[in-house]
Amino acid sequence: MRGQHTPELDPAGVDLREEHGRTIVSAFGDWTIETIGQIDRTLRDIEARVNACDITIDFTRLGRVDTSGAYILGRLTRACPTPDGDFHFIGEHPVAQRLIAEVRARTTVCDLADTGPAGPLAMLAKIGQGMEVIMGEVLDTFGFLGKTIQVGLRTLVRPSRLRLVPTVYAMEEVGVNAMPIVATLSFFIGAVVAYMGANLLQTLGFSVFTVELVGIAVLREFGVLITAIMLAGRSDSAFTAQIGAMKMQQEVDAMRTLGLDPFEVLVLPRVIACTLMAPLLTFGAMISGIFGGMLVAWSAQGISPTLFIARFHQELPWDHFLVGMSKAPVFGLVVAIIGCRQGMQVTGDVESLGRRVTTSVVQAIFAVIVLEALFAMMYLELGI
Amino acid sequence: MRDEDVLIRVRGLKTAFGTHVIHEDLDLDIRRGEILGLVGGSGTGKTVLMNTILGLKEPDAGEITLNGRHFSDMSSEERRYVNSRWGVLFQNGALFTSLTVAENVMAPLREHVDMSDQLMEEIAGMKIGLAGLPPEAGDKFPSELSGGMRKRAALARALALDPEILFLDEPTAGLDPIGAAKFDSLIAELSQALGLTVLMVTHDLDSLHAICDRVAVLADKRVEAVAPIEALMRNPHPWIQEYFHGPRGRAALSGKES
Repeated sequence: MRGQHTPELDPAGVDLREEHGRTIVSAFGDWTIETIGQIDRTLRDIEARVNACDITIDFTRLGRVDTSGAYILGRLTRACPTPDGDFHFIGEHPVAQRLIAEVRARTTVCDLADTGPAGPLAMLAKIGQGMEVIMGEVLDTFGFLGKTIQVGLRTLVRPSRLRLVPTVYAMEEVGVNAMPIVATLSFFIGAVVAYMGANLLQTLGFSVFTVELVGIAVLREFGVLITAIMLAGRSDSAFTAQIGAMKMQQEVDAMRTLGLDPFEVLVLPRVIACTLMAPLLTFGAMISGIFGGMLVAWSAQGISPTLFIARFHQELPWDHFLVGMSKAPVFGLVVAIIGCRQGMQVTGDVESLGRRVTTSVVQAIFAVIVLEALFAMMYLELGI
Repeated sequence: MRDEDVLIRVRGLKTAFGTHVIHEDLDLDIRRGEILGLVGGSGTGKTVLMNTILGLKEPDAGEITLNGRHFSDMSSEERRYVNSRWGVLFQNGALFTSLTVAENVMAPLREHVDMSDQLMEEIAGMKIGLAGLPPEAGDKFPSELSGGMRKRAALARALALDPEILFLDEPTAGLDPIGAAKFDSLIAELSQALGLTVLMVTHDLDSLHAICDRVAVLADKRVEAVAPIEALMRNPHPWIQEYFHGPRGRAALSGKES
């Protein structure tokens, strides 16, 4: 080491003098990575003013030099056709001239990359590229869905090919383990809906309609929506991360070379588990949401649970329950497809894993809400 | 050997993972300005030894001194300076994946050196060239490079601050023979011109023959022998005999003689 802790380096500097028509650049001090930052501007001035072929570097007073110092010294004569000719150098130095030649020999100078056009045109181009990416993502997701269905049908013909253990494990992870959080959230949503309605309906004198309000809101929309959003945040991100990490470690490639179909081994069990567990979770969410609404109706409006349940049976047709349940497997399927597809899109680096997990959750929630709107329109037109 | 010749001194080192002891009572001297090769069978803890010297792993017993000073005595300021004088090439490159190759090389420069962005870019380009990469590699991300190119990019980062000590973990593994030979000559050249001290974990027998001043052999949880390679080949230890006189050892030797 140079010193025990801080370096004792002399600052780099140059003197200029003219001799027989040549410009002698006499370098003094230590020319290392720590010191050359200060001398850079001076050298650039010299390079701009003096023809490179007329420069001679004097090493007589030069102290320490490292590759960075050698680079910046060598830059003085770079523009000359014979940058390492002996006439460029005078004075004795143990390594400088050799190091300069060595650094130059191993370095090719490159111009900085052109960054392309800027301004409004670039912005339009960016919007266009973004749209193209979105279109591509939508198409690819449908393609992935098709491929999954194809593999699913193949498995239906030969059920022995279904990976039972991974499927059941995924069902536990996606369904059973998510039940507490889904039920808790739904409970609060039910309670909030009841509170919101309670105020308004009480002023109108129709507080008993709270039952219908809670029933319809939770059964038709909130039960299934809360489930789908929890699936997107919890299971979809996990799918992307699991499959993505396997993709990064080349495990997926290894599977292919071993004759295992990643769709069959990784995707299908997760898709089946998610599609099957979504209705069960939705059912749990509905019960818990209605329970939350019932408690609020009881405490805030004095509607007893007996009255609540009786009215619930009397006034609410099965349609609402069926409408809610019909959406659940679709949401489950979509969330699983998006999660698995994004996982398969991960490339070699950590960056892409992070990006894909984010994209996956955003896309899944987006898809769930768009589908929810489409369902609402469809059932409205059908009059259910 | 005089004391001032020794840059890094390891005495009585013990490292263990739980009950699994890797090194016991290990001694090693790294001399100023030498290229020291470190060999040993798989699982003998070559990388662990390097990490311990680097301070990435706490030794369970024993001491490591740099210039006769214990790491534990140094202030954080001194440690920071010492770290800026070390260049490390990890086995898998350990490049920052979110940065381009050029930005990877500039990362230590930004941290430790005061210079303009333009000069920093030029220096980074020069280091990338020194490491044997084409200039356009600078704009690429590590994930876009092949294994061998990633290794060179990591070397460029290790050389960024013109370190005085270079730690290389299997530098030529995954390089084609031509690239490996160029790598060897670069290390030899830098070592001569700058007085660089190099600790190199390697299995590349050609590298050992071509550039290492001395070779340390890790066996039986300690450094079994340290010597120039010719002397080492006469060592009767069975592992050393098999290593240098096995089919690959003989091939590398004949290649050198021819």
